[in-house]
Amino acid sequence: MHALTPNVQGFMYPNEVELTWSILIVLYPFITGLVAGAFILASLARVFNIVAVQPIYRLSLLTALAFLLVAPLPLQLHLGHPERSFEMYMTPHRTSAMAMFGFVYLWYLLVVLLLEIWLDYRRDIVLAARSRTGVMKWIYSALTLGSRNIDAKSLHVDDRVGWMVTLIGIPSAFLLHGYVGFIFGSVKANPWWSTPLMPVVFLFSAMVSGIAVVLLVYETVTYVRKRPIDMACLDTVAKYLLYIFLIDFSLEMLDLIHRMYEASESFRTLDFMVHTQLFMSQIVLQIILGTLVPVGLLALVQVVKPGEMLRRRIYALAAALTLIGIFFMRWNVVIGGQLFSKSFLGYTTYKMAFAEREGLLPAIALLILPFPILWGLLKLLPPWAEQKAG
Amino acid sequence: MDLTRRELLAAAGKFIVLSGAALEAFESPSGALAADSKYRMADHWWAMTIDIRKCIGSGNCVRACALENDVPEGFFRTWVERYEVSGEDMEHPHVESPAGGIHGFPVRNTPGVKSFFVPKLCNHCAHSPCVQSCPVGATYVSPDGVVLVDQQYCVGCGYCVQACPYGCRYLHPTKHVADKCTLCYHRITKGLTTACCEACPTGARRLADLKNPRDPVHEFLRVNAVQVLKPEMATGAKVFYKDLDGSVR
Amino acid sequence: MWGIFEGWEHLIRLAFVAVVLVLAFFAIRQVVIPAEFGKYGHYRPGSLDEIAARTPVFAGREACASCHVDVAAAKSKGPHANVGCEACHGPLGRHAQDFTSQKPVLPDTAKLCVTCHEADAAKPKTFPQVVSRDHAGDTACGVCHNPHQPRM
Repeated sequence: MHALTPNVQGFMYPNEVELTWSILIVLYPFITGLVAGAFILASLARVFNIVAVQPIYRLSLLTALAFLLVAPLPLQLHLGHPERSFEMYMTPHRTSAMAMFGFVYLWYLLVVLLLEIWLDYRRDIVLAARSRTGVMKWIYSALTLGSRNIDAKSLHVDDRVGWMVTLIGIPSAFLLHGYVGFIFGSVKANPWWSTPLMPVVFLFSAMVSGIAVVLLVYETVTYVRKRPIDMACLDTVAKYLLYIFLIDFSLEMLDLIHRMYEASESFRTLDFMVHTQLFMSQIVLQIILGTLVPVGLLALVQVVKPGEMLRRRIYALAAALTLIGIFFMRWNVVIGGQLFSKSFLGYTTYKMAFAEREGLLPAIALLILPFPILWGLLKLLPPWAEQKAG
Repeated sequence: MDLTRRELLAAAGKFIVLSGAALEAFESPSGALAADSKYRMADHWWAMTIDIRKCIGSGNCVRACALENDVPEGFFRTWVERYEVSGEDMEHPHVESPAGGIHGFPVRNTPGVKSFFVPKLCNHCAHSPCVQSCPVGATYVSPDGVVLVDQQYCVGCGYCVQACPYGCRYLHPTKHVADKCTLCYHRITKGLTTACCEACPTGARRLADLKNPRDPVHEFLRVNAVQVLKPEMATGAKVFYKDLDGSVR
Repeated sequence: MWGIFEGWEHLIRLAFVAVVLVLAFFAIRQVVIPAEFGKYGHYRPGSLDEIAARTPVFAGREACASCHVDVAAAKSKGPHANVGCEACHGPLGRHAQDFTSQKPVLPDTAKLCVTCHEADAAKPKTFPQVVSRDHAGDTACGVCHNPHQPRM
């Protein structure tokens, strides 16, 4: 039996004492949220023609790809039988929200993200296949997928089709992350999860986290490359972060106020839980540090308009706090939803393992993993012209 | 003679075990489980009745189930709860289930409260939310009304565990698949009753077959005030309680 | 005629590959899906047979009565008439199959009887229960009561 035995307060149904879903299941919505959010940023440039964010168009796409590649890993680590996970493709049970995961993921990876990246980079890939030597030549040649045609006509076709793909990509991104919210929101057995607002809240918090991570990546990459940053771009990204954050915060407040007002059977137990078990993760980390402080900082910048250096620092701080806040939002949903008994008479605790399959260590590793992948992608497909080596 | 009949049943059982894979190829137009068994799924719609007024909290059912089904320690396919309800405060009963009641209950004679035992198990819901949630089709309602888990197919995602409003499911700690009460499917298809009903000393728990016109369940449902757990969830629960107090969750 | 495809070759090739992959997916699916999946519902019908194939551990009271006729008769006249044999004697499926394969262990009445009959407020008032300490001190229940016909 487990060495880590949870502490039970009050009464839990006997099978509820040990949590079924661990920190890995917190990670999955967090990571796919980053994907969806980064992609929305890219679509602001491509579809909505927000010129100011053009400079980070490619960076957003690559960031989304790096995180999307890592996204299935926490799930595979969690599954009791990951070797059977193909069953979701073979016999998806259409009444199950989770059954759609495999298809939505594949669709988004192949038809949206990879296709768009390929179409946008095709000219650079072909040029590199021509000019590079050795192993890199082979890699770029493979990436051309057999077609070296980069005349004006084909590039025009790429541009038009790419635009269409980005257009389709927007509802696809909504679907990729909205259905994760629906996976939780449709569980009638769990009153912490069961609300029609869940997909919407997940989606907006995804957008917030995605924009924040691209902002941080942009600032970091620019710093490392020792290049001047495009402040108009950064300011615009920060503004969108603020606006969408305000919508996200309003939605979460709506949910809270609604629960408090209706005060149905589960409310008392949930309220108690928020003030005790979840106090640190919900009140302090998610709401205060993770929402109110970054929103305050971003709003302050809009009003006070400080100088460039200060703005960059504030944006970086706000983005980092945002990421922490959204991570804990996922934590509070997934873990919080399992801390209270469905009898509404008790609580348990989450004993997080450390160096086990579903422990903290693999979780940290999975959070770090997208960054070396992104680094590799940035080397392979540099977003900015002057970075291309001869 | 009886011994011979049992031997025949045992031999049939061994035959089924040994040729389990081959069975899938058999055409069974009646829906029978094995070519040589007399059990027809279409003739049954299984349920259970529990009479709260008869339960004495012996824990026999929990022990019997654990032995019959190799239930892993710390997890429960069935369990018993003890309730203590004081007067008007139905929203705050004192409830306990020490190790699911597997060793019975320590004596408590709290004054001024109404106290009783509530055995619980999978409700084998007709509109099961756990079946709805399974992404691959590893859990299902059988044609005879039993909610089962195909442990050779289950991926162990745990979604069904989250979806069950009654807390009757868990992930098996060593098999890493979903596990829960099977209504002793391997017994009821052989004409036996479930292990918990067999072991219950007072007859509080009784297996019921709603499709059998001679089953006492019909009289039971007609004559008594009957409840299911969490009716607001509209799960079509098929464990029917007699005299279940309103404070029971 | 091929003029309209000018500039599209790379996408046409990609579309072709996509179609091949989709067809391959369906082909693989046909092979990999378990036999008769979906026959009764969205599941593998073989699972029903596998679950039903388990060997029962408890024999059931009818099995006991078929050999232990005298005990069954005596018990049926008393208050333990509806208490299954294995409720006290534990699972005896193997013994019922082949009585030499499993030797039943006689329960210890000093410990067994109180699990049901120790007085507790939660038990129904009509159920026979005693405070064992007051009722019998340290004496085991079986000293005075015959478990098969416990009424004295």
